Order: sequence, then structure tokens, then C-alpha cells
Amino acid sequence: MSDRIREKLNILADAAKYDVSCSSSGGTRKNDNKGVGDSHTSGICHTYTEDGRCVSLLKILLTNHCIYDCLFCVSRKSNDVKRAAFTVDEVVELTMNFYRRNYIEGLFLSSGIFKNADFTMERLLLVCKKLRLEQRYNGYIHLKTIPGASDELIKEAGLYADRMSINLEMPTEAGLKLLAPEKSHADVIKPLGFVQQNIVQFAADKKLIKHVPKFVPAGQSTQMVIGATPESDKDIMYTANAFYKNFALKRVYYSGYVPISNDSRMPILGTQPPLLRENRLYQTDWLMRFYGFKVQELLNDANPNLDVDIDPKLSWAIRNMQHFPVDINKADYRMILRIPGIGVMSAQKIVQARKFGKLRIDQLKKIGVSYNRAKHFITCADSPYQLRDYQGTQIKAFIMAESQSKYLKTDSNQMILF
Amino acid sequence: MTYIFDGSLPGLLTAVFEWFERKPGKVVLKSIEIFQPEAFAESFTVTTNSEKADRVWAGLQKKLKKDWLLKFYCSYLSEIPEAYNHLFQFTLYIFQNEKGAESNYGNEHVIALAKFAKSVEREKHRMEAFIRFQHTADGIFYTSIDPDFNVLPLISNHFKNRYADQQWIIYDLKRKYGLHYNLNTVEEITISFTEGINKQKPAPSVMDEKEELYAVLWKDYFKSANIVARKNTKLHVQHVPRRYWKYLTEKQLS
Repeated sequence: MSDRIREKLNILADAAKYDVSCSSSGGTRKNDNKGVGDSHTSGICHTYTEDGRCVSLLKILLTNHCIYDCLFCVSRKSNDVKRAAFTVDEVVELTMNFYRRNYIEGLFLSSGIFKNADFTMERLLLVCKKLRLEQRYNGYIHLKTIPGASDELIKEAGLYADRMSINLEMPTEAGLKLLAPEKSHADVIKPLGFVQQNIVQFAADKKLIKHVPKFVPAGQSTQMVIGATPESDKDIMYTANAFYKNFALKRVYYSGYVPISNDSRMPILGTQPPLLRENRLYQTDWLMRFYGFKVQELLNDANPNLDVDIDPKLSWAIRNMQHFPVDINKADYRMILRIPGIGVMSAQKIVQARKFGKLRIDQLKKIGVSYNRAKHFITCADSPYQLRDYQGTQIKAFIMAESQSKYLKTDSNQMILF
Repeated sequence: MTYIFDGSLPGLLTAVFEWFERKPGKVVLKSIEIFQPEAFAESFTVTTNSEKADRVWAGLQKKLKKDWLLKFYCSYLSEIPEAYNHLFQFTLYIFQNEKGAESNYGNEHVIALAKFAKSVEREKHRMEAFIRFQHTADGIFYTSIDPDFNVLPLISNHFKNRYADQQWIIYDLKRKYGLHYNLNTVEEITISFTEGINKQKPAPSVMDEKEELYAVLWKDYFKSANIVARKNTKLHVQHVPRRYWKYLTEKQLS
């Protein structure tokens, strides 16, 4: 018995791991029925795998049997891998026992499509209902919306899940058609829109009626595989931006393609996943969501790809030196946020602290500003007098000389003399 | 001038009261544990008085919002000797200024408290994340910890709300006390361990029969979820520093 469940877990966890979302934030469920589970608004990462990714949820497929043959997916029909399927009760028991031992924040349940979309969605829904109703479980549930499932099933699932997601898979329709001719972005847009409409509707009802059940309280997310098809960073981020805007998504995830197929349309097996590029995309995503940048400022026809050697915020600053130096003691919050070396927390502290007197360098350092970087872009109470204005390119050289990228094993600028 | 107090929170608050009564000018607060008499410095030993302490706390409650009261308490729980003096100076500073003075991040005591509190809150969060319960044969979910700071008072509610339908024990081995949730309330307990017993991982004989299976399944899951092509040991260790590995079921070999 235990050997069989171990084998299933190995197969179905292995197949689920390429879905990078593991966030458990945004849950609002409270343990008000003396059951088990209580959401933590900011989520909790219970451990990290050796690749440095957080493990917050038990992320598994219900089954890796699939009727589709998408080239980028390990569970594609034509791939020769071991197949397995959990029963509904097995998933429930695993979740409860892991949760009770404080291993996890909740369940992330996805599935290959077996028979048809509705049949699959029904099984996923059944797991959620058993957890919520029979086990009185208030922990986190992230549920995959199965494209093509009926509206009724999706709507019912939304009453039990905290977050729902559907993956765009490829950043552009053309890329998707290349690797998964049976799929299209429209299949994703329809259910994303449907869930979004319901979220808005439930929120509106809640204003009028006291007891409205929760509907996907942690919102929706999606994922794009990057580096499998030849899109530019601009293509990727413009798509992300449109989905953030149109569907009020909580997150877009960017997953560097890990080669799993020998097909000639994709990077060959053994190619390194594009980790640096992935990192730069996430930095851009953060700048859009928390730093007030418009995507057009960071990526445009003149700069369709992000710099490899410096981060996008520094890159923007160097292209726009006319905005600098910024006076820390006078500039408004939005401009302070744009200074390289100053994050959201430091910016907030600066704006509060300067009401009590002009800030000096030593205070900025204590507040948490990365001064070596920021010094090129700011003036404060005791900034040293500068005789000349430096060009953006010179500043870039200064900063690069004193920092070492964690991605570059050897410094490409360094000359070897002997 | 040095003020010496007994290391308790009421003691610290009493020290503030005494300062305002005497106005002795510049004072450094030290706990009795680390106090070393100096030849030419005067010192005054604070006698903890709960009424005086309550008055100071009530005063702080009027001056500070909840988030800063929590920062104050967290800094105290850090048990770091320098934190006590910063707390003392911070309190004087708050009482001597208009409401809102705590947002002056240019002040050394304000920024010091913000930092101590951040460290303690990070340790609290780590305990909420890294604690692994083991299900014992008598139905209690048990774990032992030895956190850097005294965070048990901070995590009590989190676990009480989350695991409302199961009995649990979280035991701080370093500070020799623990919390027991008995399905109704959380009680402070001390355990007298038998000589030679493994406090971290009790013998399988006292465990629930399914405990071993779920520990193995969790280890399996941890391995399966890893993507070998993305191996990044530096990042892994950054998120899960080695000193926490002893807590983690998934990091145990057998």
C-alpha cells in the first residue's frame, strides 16, 4: 500500500513541478468552524527545494494522463513516461496529513486532461468539496481551471478555491500555435474572464448583502514559458501587462524553459534554462506592479530586450539621466521610488523621516538604502560637491566595477594578463 | 549614570518611570546579567514595580499605535543586551516628543528598534514555517525548537488558530519552557525529560503508526519537487540557513 502511494506521489509531484506558482498569499479564510487551517495573509514558504524555489503548497497533478500533445509539456500524450492517477480520497488524505504536521500551507491541484474537460474539472471540484465540507479544512487551495470546462463547474469550484489559474503557456499566440496546435490563447481568455466577472459580481453583492460566500478570494494568476520560442522581452512583458490590466491578475509567472524534448522546434536537451532572463523579467514585473513604472518606459521599440548586465531599474535611470540627481529631502515619493538602490521600504522610511529634519548620508545607510548604487542619482544634506556631471555610461561602468553579478561565473570585462 | 534592571519587561518600564521621577540626565540601561561595575560611574538599581510599569505602558499605548507597540515588544523579546538600552532611550524619546515621533527613522533608537523587531519577526515567521510536528501515539502533535529569540509568545496565536482541532506542544529547548494547546487554551508548560531521551525526535515506539509513512512521503515530495537543471545551492541555503535544518523532516537522512 505505502509503496504504491509513494510511487504515485513521485510521478505526480514530478509532473507538477514545472508550474512555478507556489504563492499562498491573499487567502482570507479564518478557522471559524473549529476545524483545521487558518490563512496567513502574506502566505508562508515552509521549505525551499535545492533549486532555491519555495515550497508552500503540496503541488500535484490528479493525474498525468492527458489527451493533449503539447510539445512543451512533460505529460504530453506522445511522451513515454510512467502514468499514474490519485483517487480523490488519496489527495484529501495527503493534504490533511501534510497540513496537520505544518509541512504545507495548502494544496495546489492541477491535472492532465483525461476523457474531457468537464470530467476532469468535476474530479478537481470533488477534492475541494471534500476538504472544505468533510474535513473542515480552511487552508489554502490553488486550483487549476481546466480550459473548456463548463461555466457551472468553474463557478462552483470558485466557491471552494482560494486562487484559480490557467496558464497562457506561450507569450504569443504564434508561439503557442507552433508548439501546441490544438490550443489557443482564446481558450484561456474565456475562463479567465468568466472567473474575473464572478469575482467582481461577488464583491459587488457583498456591499449590499451581509453573507456572501467567498469567491476565489486570492484572485487569479497565469504562467508563461519563456525561452522555448523566440519572443522578445517586450513581447512577453506587453502580454503580461495586458493580462494584468484586463483580468486584474494577482500574478503572472515566468518560467524559464527546462528542455524536456528533442523536437527540433525547441531548445535541445541539455540547454541551460534561461535563469538570468527569467530574473530580469520578474524585476520588470515588480517595477510595473510596485514601483509605478509603465511597461513602455522599460521596454519599447528602441529597447525591445532587457539588459543582461544590469537590472531594469538601473537601466532605465541610465537612459533617463535628465531626471537625476534627485533631492532626497524634497522629491516626491514616486520619484524616490525610481532611484536605483532604494526599495519600497526605504522610500517609505525616507518620506516619513525627512519631516523631522534633512537626511544625511549616514542616516540613509541606516535606513537601508544601498548607498553605493544610489549615490550617483541623489543629493542629500551632506552630499559631497561634484565638479562634473557624469554620463550614464560612465555611471554604469562605476557600478559594474564594484558589483559582481551572481549569474556570471567569470567576469567578462576582466582582462587576463598572465 | 547606569540604571540596572532585572531583565524583565516590567523592570524595563519601571526604569523609565524612575528616570522621569529623578531626571538624572544621561542614563544607560543595563540588565543585571551583564552589568559590570565601573570605578567612576554611578549606578542605580531599579526595583521592579508592576504599578509603575503599568503606568508607563499605559502611557506608551496613548502615544503609539499597535504596530509600534508590537515592535517594542518584539525588540524586548530579542533578549539582546543593547536592545534594552535602545528600548529605554526610545521610550524617553517618545514621551518627550509630540505624537508621531516614532516615524523619525533618522533617530538612532527608532531605527534600532525597527531593526531588532525585524529580526525577531523574521525568526517568528521562520518558526511558523519550519516547525514540523510529529504525531505521537497519544494523539498530540509534538515539536521542539531552539529559536534565536524568545518567540513562543509571538507564535502562540498562530498555531492555536490554525490547529484548533488537534492537541499540540511546541517546546523551546533553549529557554526550557513550552506551549501546550489542549483543544481549548494554550498553557505554558515545562517538561522534565528523562535522561538520554532524544528531545528532537522521540522514539518510534511513542509515535502514531502513520507518522513514519507521512514523514517518508514528505521527503519523497521534497525530492520530486526539485528541478535538477536549476540547482542553486546558494539560494537554497540563503532561504533555509543551515541552523534550521535540524527542524526539517525533509532534511533528515533516515
